[in-house]
Amino acid sequence: MPAMLRNLAQRLGMMAHSFDGGIHPAQHKISAALASEPCPLSPIHILPMKMHIGAPCTSLVAVGDYVLRGQKIAKSEGYVSVPVHAPTSGRVVRIEEYAIPHPSGMGIPSIFIESDGDDAADDSIEPISDWRGMDPALLRERARMCGLAGLGGAVFPTFIKLVQDSRFPIETVVLNGIECEPWLTNDHRLMVEYADEILTGLAIIMHMVKTDSAIIAIEDNKPDAAKAIQLALDARDDLDDVRVVVLPTRYPQGSEKQLIYSLTGREVPAGKLPMHVGVLCQNVGTTRALYQAVVLGQPLTERMVSVSGDAMPRPANLRVRIGTPMRYVFARQGLEDFDGVRILHGGPMMGELLRHPDVPVVKSTNGMLAMREASFMSAHTQEQACIRCGHCSEACPAGLVPNLLADQCRSDQFDKAESYNLFDCIECGACSYVCPSNIPLVHYFRYGKGQIAQQRREKGFAEASRVRSEARDMRIEQEKQARAARRSSVRKTHPPKVEAESAPASEPAESSKMEQESKD
Amino acid sequence: MLVMLSSPHAHGGDSIRTMMLTVILALMPAAAVSVYLFGWLAVLLIVVCMLACLATEAICLKLMGKSLTTLLDNSAALTGLLLALTLPALTPWWMAVVGSVFAIVLGKQVYGGLGYNIFNPALSARVILLISFPLQMTTWLAPMSLAVPPVNLYDLSTCLTLFFAGPDALQLGLDAISMASPLGHVKTEWTLGVPVAEALSGYQYSYLDAFLGKEAGSIGETSVLALLLGGIFLMARHSITWHIPFSYLATVALLAALFSSISPDQFAPPMFHLFAGGLMLCAFFMATDPVSSPVTPIGQIVFGVGCGILTWSIRSFGGYPEGAMFSVLLMNCAVPLIDHYFRPRVYGHESGRE
Repeated sequence: MPAMLRNLAQRLGMMAHSFDGGIHPAQHKISAALASEPCPLSPIHILPMKMHIGAPCTSLVAVGDYVLRGQKIAKSEGYVSVPVHAPTSGRVVRIEEYAIPHPSGMGIPSIFIESDGDDAADDSIEPISDWRGMDPALLRERARMCGLAGLGGAVFPTFIKLVQDSRFPIETVVLNGIECEPWLTNDHRLMVEYADEILTGLAIIMHMVKTDSAIIAIEDNKPDAAKAIQLALDARDDLDDVRVVVLPTRYPQGSEKQLIYSLTGREVPAGKLPMHVGVLCQNVGTTRALYQAVVLGQPLTERMVSVSGDAMPRPANLRVRIGTPMRYVFARQGLEDFDGVRILHGGPMMGELLRHPDVPVVKSTNGMLAMREASFMSAHTQEQACIRCGHCSEACPAGLVPNLLADQCRSDQFDKAESYNLFDCIECGACSYVCPSNIPLVHYFRYGKGQIAQQRREKGFAEASRVRSEARDMRIEQEKQARAARRSSVRKTHPPKVEAESAPASEPAESSKMEQESKD
Repeated sequence: MLVMLSSPHAHGGDSIRTMMLTVILALMPAAAVSVYLFGWLAVLLIVVCMLACLATEAICLKLMGKSLTTLLDNSAALTGLLLALTLPALTPWWMAVVGSVFAIVLGKQVYGGLGYNIFNPALSARVILLISFPLQMTTWLAPMSLAVPPVNLYDLSTCLTLFFAGPDALQLGLDAISMASPLGHVKTEWTLGVPVAEALSGYQYSYLDAFLGKEAGSIGETSVLALLLGGIFLMARHSITWHIPFSYLATVALLAALFSSISPDQFAPPMFHLFAGGLMLCAFFMATDPVSSPVTPIGQIVFGVGCGILTWSIRSFGGYPEGAMFSVLLMNCAVPLIDHYFRPRVYGHESGRE
């Protein structure tokens, strides 16, 4: 088809591009039609000091302190970080290490809040009704101080993306309502039930990055969500250049890079960001949270969670306070005996297997799946030899050759794996899903990436110590020369003292600082 | 102790076993035609080859101390079936067994078993047999449907005698029951200076018969129709993609069309090439063997084109009348190189390679 015609068809929303590869896993969206309900307040809430990608927070409260809902209880350290807020009112009873939803079962310092049942809110954050008249920088600060992080699962601090960079102006905002993971329906319910709030959030984002154009992307397995958004869109008198695009269901369409290609035909170059092709991508949940932060002045203390799975007595979409123990949520839905049950944090394609339900709901918790042992293990049968059928390569949305990459990772040929673009793998799991030999390809890729990162760190240490030792040699040499110069100038009895001293003096100071840094 | 596992925690349900079974099913039309043409001889060959392959596989696994469960992956059975279909009907039982042992031991297990072999096991065994027993491997029994064969192949006892004791036991001269294959005939005639068209009319060659399979040849390779049906089934079931068969057949057809239009006396026309010998079987079932073919679509096209050039060249200029088997094996050697140089373009990169 001529490029012009295709372009026109796309402009009219008649035709979309389509990303490479992909799979059609069984949907299992059994909770799709269940209206969301609030999860009752748990007696205890556990807030890990790090629920986002980036630097951990430090606690602002002490044991015994009384906190209100929405009160900041931990401050961010570093740029890529967002603070933590109390999900309800109550007393801080403990601050200690506790397990987070991670396959390793590792723990990080966490604040325990015993709720007093009042759920009294801290209203120190002012609602902003006239956000249209506000400086985007202030709104950005609002997103940061309200603890917003990508609720699609990546939990990257939202404010960092909400910036208008004059070198890379945003032409289009992409609102991601794809939700391509099987079982999960939390974004689906948000779109059905909170369409207008999502649209206001979108309007705020568009104001912040100074664009009038946006695309709301929804897969065709959620016609009710697309309809709800379209109705809400039609009812508004702003957002004229915003259109709803319904894409054919295919995993991993919700992956940012694949979605951008499907919608715009633009590829985000390797190592670059969506903004480099003029696109900003936000998840619908995050967008609603931005609405709540700006218009209602509410920090992120609650999120929509799909509670589902084939071992789940009562699947549901729950609005859960962040920090609520998962065991409490499961118990509310009728699951108390975890014998023969496997728990997944997130969907089955990219979610994490948990060791036990004694972890809190965190900002990235889009789903909590309880799977029967037998059905879970059927996806993890004995690995067999690769028969090179190439199905993995066909399924790969990144254009990689997974079976060759896995071979290289398995045999520790990391240089080769890197040259075969290992780091372009998005770990979507499509390759493992189609593999007739049940090879855990993604597992090998994670191993390879980890090993390469480790090697780089070690190389970095070696490089730093080489720089350090060279600096030391240079310093000694300069001191020697300086001494020699002083001796000769003393002998000549007209010492240019100030100059001679100051030049070498600055060198040792600098190199000792460098030493200090590399020790850290 | 809880075993921790890495995502994804969902699987599409494909397995080696079902993939191999799909190929076996896809070969059923060709097997049925072979039984129609060569009666009980075809049945005996297929059964003996499959059993011999399974037995050899079992012994190999046992000797290497591996689990016998991989016997159930259907790959050894498929190798046996493929090998049988490439054999002439008059292949004696022991030669079929030797071929099967070759296929499993030298074609597959010495490399480390399924997935590690460089060459297609059935094809490599077929070529070993051709080189070791050139006379038997190029003596073609006239099929039941052609003229009036001197023996009744639908009679089990006759076939058992032929299979286990050989034609001598029935006091049959080889000349009485055998005939040349179209490819062999054209080649022999050309060496005597007879142009292609004349050679074909002397052979009473019919495109329709060749398409349906009523011609001399290995038991499973004669029917273009049956093999096409199987190939389409494989593509519909997503077991193979169009890349290898299409590029392979198209290359042969293009070369044949080009050269037969330049020198029609020396070079056979494209349709003759497409319908002749083991080309269809190789294009849909041998060259597409996943283990010994490239992984990526571009690589598969390169592979198919290479097979096509070699097949046509060997048929036209080589010492053997048929070159399909050799060309697939030769291209098998090139697979690691093809995989390295013809990778798909990675998302966000200019090309697949950095």
